[in-house]
Amino acid sequence: MRLQKKHPQISAEADLTPMIDMTFLLIAFFTVLINFSQSEQHDKVVLPVSELAKPTDQPLKFPIIVHLTSSGTVVVGGAESAIEAIRTRLAPELDVLKLKKKTAKDANVVIRAHQSVATGRVQDLISRCQEMGLEKFALRVKEDL
Amino acid sequence: MKFRRRDLGEVKAELQMTSMIDIVFLLLIFFIVTFKVSAQEGDFNVKMPLAAAGGGPPPDTSKLPLKLRVHAGPDGQLGEIVLNDNLSFGTDFKRLRQHVLQLVGDSAGPIKEEGPEVEIDADFNLRYVHLIEAITAVTGYRQGNDVIRLIDRIKFSPPRK
Repeated sequence: MRLQKKHPQISAEADLTPMIDMTFLLIAFFTVLINFSQSEQHDKVVLPVSELAKPTDQPLKFPIIVHLTSSGTVVVGGAESAIEAIRTRLAPELDVLKLKKKTAKDANVVIRAHQSVATGRVQDLISRCQEMGLEKFALRVKEDL
Repeated sequence: MKFRRRDLGEVKAELQMTSMIDIVFLLLIFFIVTFKVSAQEGDFNVKMPLAAAGGGPPPDTSKLPLKLRVHAGPDGQLGEIVLNDNLSFGTDFKRLRQHVLQLVGDSAGPIKEEGPEVEIDADFNLRYVHLIEAITAVTGYRQGNDVIRLIDRIKFSPPRK
């Protein structure tokens, strides 16, 4: 009796294990590095660079973020207005502080000014904030890459 | 002649990977698209209480008061840097830093309330980036990965119009 020789069956399955390993590794990498702090940023503001820019160990207490665009307008809480109207923009922020039983002196005004805005406008902004009792300011800069 | 069948009842324990790989790739694409390399940010702290009720400037408690005048050229470019009304550094912030380093020496340090203080008086139309350069020059310098602090107290003169 003659038996027919069986041909070995070649499996067409790729070994997916290394690929899945790498993919999970990449996902873990991007998940760790994803930046959720973009709410502080504004697309009209390009910060000046400074070699001394280093994130502080402790975040500022009671921060009020004020963006100053290159055209000289201010953005507080997502609403854009002229510098002259900063008082009405800051009033709700100060009300929130009052609810926390804090005064304007406890607040930190974080000024995120565009790199080409006139210095006088930044000073103008500071003096208007001073009139409202604010006295601690932080000029935000970005790292020199 | 009788042959016994060998592969009788062998069940392959294969997982269905397709849907998992779909989701994993979807996540990967999402993270790649939303990934944004952003530079680290830092702050220069400026404490500026409002002038006293009498109208005069707040009392100067510093043992080493410095006044830095920053002139602007046309278009807001950097014109000239003058320290204490008599010492010009042209537009060279490195020389200014060297001078401040000599002045401050070891006096910069933990006694922040009485430490050296610099008052910056800049032209109205000077570009903000040059003000930051001036603040950077007097505030400190970077040595490797560390920041060496020179002057921590900064204040501004009233704006010039």
